[in-house]
Amino acid sequence: MNAMDQAQRTHARFSAGDAVKIDDRPALGHCRTPWYLRGHVGVVAEVLGKFRDPERLAYHRPGLPALILYKVRFRQKDIWPQYSGPAADTLEADIYEPWLAAAPTPAPRSRKRKSKA
Amino acid sequence: MTPERKTLVRDDAGGRAVHDVGGLDFGPIDRSEHDLALWEKRVDAMMILLFAPGRATFRVDAMRRVIEDYGQQCYDRTEYYEKWVRAMRNLLVEQEVVSRAEIEAAMRAVADEARRNGRPVGPLDIPW
Amino acid sequence: MAGGRSDARAAVAQTKVQGMTHDHDHGHGSHGHDHDHDHDHDHGDPHAPQKDHDAGPMTGYEVLEGALRRLLVEKGVLTEKEIAAQIDLMDSRSAALGAKVIARAWVDPRFKARLLQDYRAALAEVGIDIGHVAEFKVVENTADVHNVIVCTLCSCYPKMLLGIPPAWYKSLAYRSRTVIDPRGVLVEFGVKIPAKQQVRVHDSTADLRYIVLPARPAGTEGWSEEQLAALVTRDCMIGTAVPAVAARETASA
Repeated sequence: MNAMDQAQRTHARFSAGDAVKIDDRPALGHCRTPWYLRGHVGVVAEVLGKFRDPERLAYHRPGLPALILYKVRFRQKDIWPQYSGPAADTLEADIYEPWLAAAPTPAPRSRKRKSKA
Repeated sequence: MTPERKTLVRDDAGGRAVHDVGGLDFGPIDRSEHDLALWEKRVDAMMILLFAPGRATFRVDAMRRVIEDYGQQCYDRTEYYEKWVRAMRNLLVEQEVVSRAEIEAAMRAVADEARRNGRPVGPLDIPW
Repeated sequence: MAGGRSDARAAVAQTKVQGMTHDHDHGHGSHGHDHDHDHDHDHGDPHAPQKDHDAGPMTGYEVLEGALRRLLVEKGVLTEKEIAAQIDLMDSRSAALGAKVIARAWVDPRFKARLLQDYRAALAEVGIDIGHVAEFKVVENTADVHNVIVCTLCSCYPKMLLGIPPAWYKSLAYRSRTVIDPRGVLVEFGVKIPAKQQVRVHDSTADLRYIVLPARPAGTEGWSEEQLAALVTRDCMIGTAVPAVAARETASA
């Protein structure tokens, strides 16, 4: 994060503890939101700060205004239908704000999810 | 030294981009380790120097974008630094730091020198 | 950004390994060479291929590296000296450096707190500057959580602390499986995490490079930092190993 980013007064849409859903729109060009997370719901574990937009940096643009980056935590059993480990196992990924939408509080595990296989 | 033309089929790839491999099945992990060749260390060094804020010839994001545009066969069958040196070449041309003609001439010169020093040289064609 | 290997490429790679008898430690810094003048040949270049190195034909990629370096130097974009210095710098970064940091965090709770909150300041205290390319984040193993790091999209790795990552970390197999079957991957590495301990995978999808702060093993009370650092391998900081005091616990491989 550089001083320019810190000086910008962009407010984070989400806070730690918020349930968020990863967008499943098609990516145009460079994208750092993995396929296996698209459409899934997780919880913001941490607000990581402001970073330049990689989707624009990839094309020699400055990537400003900087985006808020979130550490989003998922339950492995929510992401992978056949996950064989314990229910407590989690996965975290760093996701940029434009790829997140507010989601209802995570549902009980029995709720069916759209398969992303 | 042409790689054998195996068809690498990825099950369940769906509409993913070539580099986006989380959850796919590529079999057992080969844990053997080896030192980098000197040329690979030089690629690594040049990349880091070219990313430096004062230079900022291009960012690592641009390198990734170029690599992600490789076709699947090429992506799956090239080594890490092979991918990165090719991306460096393409971005230096994209940013007009060097030209294709200059690169091709320099490659011929480097290859000629290697052969004069007794080292055989493989095919020089690397896809753009 | 790793690839699988065809048999032909594996054969070349094997030749390379056999041809190298030692690490590339030429003491580049001690050469007084200045490469601003024209060379028709490489004898003045401290990095010219040496007899035992790079056995086997020069691939097009290796030629390309030489061509780009030559052009970038000719155009004044880079110098041979700074390329050599950067290689030296990367060679100086290794798991031993990371282990030193971990051991310090184990003995000094305030250092550990700084490492978790403001790692650059903490690293600066032990004389480490990781430069401009990426930010780090340290994640702590506890009795409840075992962390493991992967980058599914490319091979992001805290190399300015730990040095160049191992080939397996960059492999398609590791990148693809660690997110979906971390416990299976860990078993392959000889690590069995009990079911009551959560396995947490970190996919380094943005510009943060993750480092695991492993748990200090029991039975190390009163150990010096040097003794503690010796317990911390590179894989402990990736999450594919845990430090062990006695014989390492291994699942049958």
